[in-house]
Amino acid sequence: MTFQIELVSPESISYSGEAEMVIARTLEGGDIAFQPGHVPFVGVLAVWSVDVIRPDGDRDTIAVHQGFVQVAGTKVSILSDVSESADQVDVERARAAKSTAEAALVANKEDADATGALARAELRLRVAGAEA
Amino acid sequence: MAGGRERVLRRRISSVQNTKKITRAMELIAATRVVKAQQRARAAKPYAERITSVIENLAAGGAEVNHPLLRQAEKVERVGVVVISSDRGLAGPYNSAVIRAAERQVQNARSEGADYALIVIGKKARDYFAFRNFTIDSYTDGISDNPTYEDARRVAETVASIFTEGRVDRVELVYTEFMSIGSQKVATRRFLPLESTETIAAEGGGEAGVSGSFEFEPSPEAVLAALLPRYVEARLFGALLESAASEHANRQRAMKAATDNAEELITKLSREMNRARQDSITTEIMEIVSGAEALGSDDETEDRPAAVGVEA
Repeated sequence: MTFQIELVSPESISYSGEAEMVIARTLEGGDIAFQPGHVPFVGVLAVWSVDVIRPDGDRDTIAVHQGFVQVAGTKVSILSDVSESADQVDVERARAAKSTAEAALVANKEDADATGALARAELRLRVAGAEA
Repeated sequence: MAGGRERVLRRRISSVQNTKKITRAMELIAATRVVKAQQRARAAKPYAERITSVIENLAAGGAEVNHPLLRQAEKVERVGVVVISSDRGLAGPYNSAVIRAAERQVQNARSEGADYALIVIGKKARDYFAFRNFTIDSYTDGISDNPTYEDARRVAETVASIFTEGRVDRVELVYTEFMSIGSQKVATRRFLPLESTETIAAEGGGEAGVSGSFEFEPSPEAVLAALLPRYVEARLFGALLESAASEHANRQRAMKAATDNAEELITKLSREMNRARQDSITTEIMEIVSGAEALGSDDETEDRPAAVGVEA
């Protein structure tokens, strides 16, 4: 059994397809996996990846920088301002962003912007399969 | 002399022809851009719909919070007016219509005894209001032509912050709704405070209402608190995209009218020019003929051929 998954950004629907399972990480809630027949659910997503297990067993990993997940009936919608699939990640840029953020954190440990930037850069690199 | 008028007309025709070339090019550019803008507006719809549907589910789940964006002021002391206009002109009545509607909102605020705050997008509205000595609270340009979500977020943040800080108690959004290529309409919408979640849900008409109550994580209140700012951004983004599509549609129409007028003017002027040319030719022939006749009758006794006079 499968269900429909779609990733909706403000500008367009950036990903849609069938899935057997969707794994996401919610804010404060930890990882959560959805399979067909899941109870209706709305959650705020953490800066983390969303894994889509397709019916053929393949796994698509998408970096989601903030957003929501809504499960209703046979449909999973992920609403996100910024999301990137593995092939969309600019590894060089992510590396550069990571080192900038790290440098900023050395100077000021409380820098919230830098903490966020570091989390996003690390997520990008992880999704792209290029551990820094 | 005779050729003078003809020369003046010829020069005018070629200048009108040049203008026509320009307006025609602008028309074609606007035509392609209106299609693109329309597609973008359509592509942005699902996100807004989904957000609305989440809010509907939240409303059904009974989540109601004291979010600052929902703050209902007891007495409105200052009204914010967000105007979306374009940076460039030559778009027919597009800018004047939206600016007039915004000015009406300002006057409404004044007649209620409230102050106003103008949040202006686009050079045209800024020029209008600055010239008339209105105070402009915030001004953004360079985004109305081809707005990105990032632009919308920036403006939405400004608007939301002046609202949550209590500097305005109500915000009206004035923009142009894109109904179809042939019809656009100025719309004034309550932007902030947001209606209660129930009202948003009732107006949304989305695809929610799926049976069963939802689980919310971390909590309905936390979801709503994270969601409302996104909803504000999505609404502003939608308005920006519709305005952009309307701008291009209006420009296309205005430029088509200008091209048609230029064509008409060219026909009229070339008719006038031809008449002037004919007149001058007729006059010249008349002069020659009468000159020749005069020569012929005067100098019949002498052996000078009349043809020489004609050639001269």
